[in-house]
Amino acid sequence: MSDATHHAPAVPADTPSRRPPITVVGPVAWARASLFSSWLSTAVTLALAYLLARWIIGFVDWAFINAIWSVPVNAQGAQTQACRALQGAGACWAVITEKHRFILFGTYPYDEHWRPLVCVFLFIGLYIVSAMRRFWRKELALIWAGVLFLIGFLMWGGALGMPYVPQERWGGLVITLILSTFGIAFAFPLAVLVALGRRSRMPAIKMLCVVYVELIRGVPLISLLFMASVMFPLFLPEGMNIDKLLRAQVAIILFAAAYLAEVVRGGLQALSRGQYEAADALGLSYWQKTLFIILPQALRLVIPPLVNTFIGMFKDTSLVLIIGIFDLLTAGKTAIVEPAWQGFGIEVYVFVGIIYFIFCFAMSRYSQGLERGLNQHRVR
Amino acid sequence: MSDTAADPRLLRAPPKRGLRLSWADERFRAIIWQVLIVGVVAGVIWWLVGNTRHNLEVRRIATGFGFLTREAGLPIAESLVPYTPASTYARALLVGVLNTLKVAVIGVVLATVLGTLIGIARLSKNWLLSRIAATYIEVIRDLPLLLQLLFWYTLMQTLPGPRQAMHPVEGVFLSNRGLRLPWIQWEDAHSFALLGMVVGIIAAVVYGRSARAKQMQDGQPRKIWPAAVGLIVGLPLVIWAAWGAPFQGDIPALRGFNFQGGMSISPEYFALLAGLVTYTAGFIAEIVRAGIQAVPGGQWEASEALGLQRGRIMRLVVLPQALRVIIPPMTSQYLNLTKNSSLAVAIGYQDIVSIANTTLNQTGQAIEGIAIIMGVYLTISLSISLFMNWYNSRIALVER
Amino acid sequence: MSVTTETAVASAARTDAPPAILLDKVNKWYGAMHVLRDINLSVAEGERVVVCGPSGSGKSTMIRCINRLEQHQEGRIIVDGIELNDDMRNLDAIRREVGMVFQSFNLFPHLTVLENCTLAPIWVRRTPKKEAEEQAMEYLRRVKIPEQALKYPGQLSGGQQQRVAIARALCMKPKIMLFDEPTSALDPEMIKEVLDTMVMLADTGMTMICVTHEMGFAQQVADRVVFMDRGEVVESGTPSQVFNDPKTDRLKMFLSQILRGH
Repeated sequence: MSDATHHAPAVPADTPSRRPPITVVGPVAWARASLFSSWLSTAVTLALAYLLARWIIGFVDWAFINAIWSVPVNAQGAQTQACRALQGAGACWAVITEKHRFILFGTYPYDEHWRPLVCVFLFIGLYIVSAMRRFWRKELALIWAGVLFLIGFLMWGGALGMPYVPQERWGGLVITLILSTFGIAFAFPLAVLVALGRRSRMPAIKMLCVVYVELIRGVPLISLLFMASVMFPLFLPEGMNIDKLLRAQVAIILFAAAYLAEVVRGGLQALSRGQYEAADALGLSYWQKTLFIILPQALRLVIPPLVNTFIGMFKDTSLVLIIGIFDLLTAGKTAIVEPAWQGFGIEVYVFVGIIYFIFCFAMSRYSQGLERGLNQHRVR
Repeated sequence: MSDTAADPRLLRAPPKRGLRLSWADERFRAIIWQVLIVGVVAGVIWWLVGNTRHNLEVRRIATGFGFLTREAGLPIAESLVPYTPASTYARALLVGVLNTLKVAVIGVVLATVLGTLIGIARLSKNWLLSRIAATYIEVIRDLPLLLQLLFWYTLMQTLPGPRQAMHPVEGVFLSNRGLRLPWIQWEDAHSFALLGMVVGIIAAVVYGRSARAKQMQDGQPRKIWPAAVGLIVGLPLVIWAAWGAPFQGDIPALRGFNFQGGMSISPEYFALLAGLVTYTAGFIAEIVRAGIQAVPGGQWEASEALGLQRGRIMRLVVLPQALRVIIPPMTSQYLNLTKNSSLAVAIGYQDIVSIANTTLNQTGQAIEGIAIIMGVYLTISLSISLFMNWYNSRIALVER
Repeated sequence: MSVTTETAVASAARTDAPPAILLDKVNKWYGAMHVLRDINLSVAEGERVVVCGPSGSGKSTMIRCINRLEQHQEGRIIVDGIELNDDMRNLDAIRREVGMVFQSFNLFPHLTVLENCTLAPIWVRRTPKKEAEEQAMEYLRRVKIPEQALKYPGQLSGGQQQRVAIARALCMKPKIMLFDEPTSALDPEMIKEVLDTMVMLADTGMTMICVTHEMGFAQQVADRVVFMDRGEVVESGTPSQVFNDPKTDRLKMFLSQILRGH
């Protein structure tokens, strides 16, 4: 029986420190807090785990276990009976095996496929270089100009032993990259001018810029692409022809510039008035002030939203499918028009989707990391 | 003498300034710049218009909107108002606008609901739930919408035919001809009941306001919800009963190659709606998450310290602040959904873009056709923007 | 009504040299609000003027009119013999001769301290870069922070930033320096270092107009103190006249509020 005068046992002078019990830290504790913290949470966890498991098993079955990876091709074309016999229980990845070159490069001559491939890597290299803070200097503009010129040269050819390939035969991933990269390269300076114009005190200029931005942002990109494909030829004098890709590119540039202008304007507004005043007090002219003081700071403020706008543009280039320009998505859709491959759209769209996802996911992660980094810098 | 008289700084009005015609004058320079730039823009537009006129003449393309009264000859698969191919182009375009609104309005409602749920799930303490929500958001936002629409449409096309339609619940059929749901035969009584519900909602809001005003006066809170339920649910029921309480079901049944009866949702509409809703919900989820996280934790703490209860804290302190952060980007997403519905032309749903496109192909009048498309969307965008600006200025926090 | 020891124009006529700054019946409105009412002020070359008054009195507005950060609507402002009007050549000439130090420093955060100081001399005065840098280092030495030349403003304390701002303004070799509450945004322990710099500057004979609440500085350095209230100059005179022998009720009330804080 416990004694009413029970004393607590004397604690020895140096109790060795013990590790906390596993119910407080470590994986078990984490599971308790995050997955099983309450009855409701436990029920949700079990339900989700069950559904997830079923879905993953089903997907693995379809995509890997029952899938067919290639089919024989003879004189009559691809023999896809084996794929059709699956009746949807397994994926027919054979369509990718057969058609991936077409999806990636369109109707570009087969022997010259190395050229658009090199261009794809040039684009990726350009993005990576632009992402590194080391290169955020004026020289970056020169790098862009140089690489874009090189890409144009490679794609068209006609010199240095590379046969000339007309624009109608370009297609696939390269077109998507061209439309989005050239789009943002030209839209960006235009957007800066429009943003500055919108903040101008000269009413006529301000109104022109406001009308431009609100007009473009109020209509869907499709209507601008229709305009480019159907109306632009009417705007030009007789005899002057601009091919469809260039017209679509112009429409994309005008569209992107309006959205980028709003992003830049946000940066201009966020900059404190004192910076403008200090530059004025020192006697700097409008353009000196804008180029040396205002723009460097304002643009740096809005880099994350700029990257997000670029991601949006990259996805939006897929709309050229509707006016018949051969980008990555159009190539994918066209690949299954052939009777042999009809009905395997899901496989193709998964393949195309993975490519888009890789690009957009990388950019999205970059933008999120950037935002965190820049905010850390500012919070002092 | 005390200075409580009128502020002497309000006694005199500012003078007017004249203009000097010299390059050195700042205002003169501004005017010259503006004249130059407007002149250049006007000149370019004049040149483009000239070219266009010439080209239209050469190609014998008509101008003007006279074609609107001609017979369209254009088959339209689904329409909210009566339409036949013998109707005018104007009517065809109206059907297009209504189809666009049909997808936009329902899309906005569903996307908001789904997006809010996913946004809240993203903030859940349950790791699995929050990670699944995060993965959903990331994947949806990193794939082009057109790709997602084509995917949904292909999915619909791989469904079995009507004879082997999927049959999860009695009266519901899913096949590659669309979704069929049971409905009721719509009588006058139902229309009146619907009207009664609208009246009931307005009456409930008015009643709620007056109850709140009375509470401000004497401090006694009043229960609003019994009366509100009575008005919103009871009133329509009463009206419906008074008109004879008709309730005749309209169950779809297989006749020959397809179903008859019930409510039908075409595969195009379903694919478009599914694609738009799942896509926009991803963006709305992020907006909701940011809005809830934008309210500082100190707000909760201070409210709890004052003794307020959770429901009241949400309603009076947290949600008003969260909504201020949420509503502007949310409205922008609604606009995006409406504009994105124009992708319907890629999967064969006949919205305004699709019908205007066919019209301009048939009549050759490209400029008028595209002008109509842009006009419709601009009207919708500007109205939503105006409403947004008004709402924003109303709820803006007053600062120095 | 303004109680001055003598009117501005009479004072200018008394000396032979033209005033460095002359404000003659200057009026300014913000919309319908008449924020500067018949301001008459004459500042001789080498004179140190401190402007004080309650908030909203228009003192900041007045000195910001001198380098056209604000525009006056009536009256004349003549700086260094050049009239301040719509003529942009005049404005450019004036801004070259007038330096300004702001309450919130307004250093350019994306440029180093040295670049902050050399930017305007290179682009406005067309100084060669090497010369501009030597000059900038000289001024940084004078404000006692030469070792910070290659740092960025974000890495400096408030007092150091304000001293850089003073050096930046001095690099343009102005004839007149305007200070708009230069110490109001500083922590107390940093106020002294900035005030010492300003005293050092005053000792070199620079024409200064300083809007400040630092009465000790006014007593030590100012040749004249101007008290403004509700848009007009109410009293002006030597520091001892203004602080020890206020003539108007408004100045008396202001002084009692300021001194109560000490």
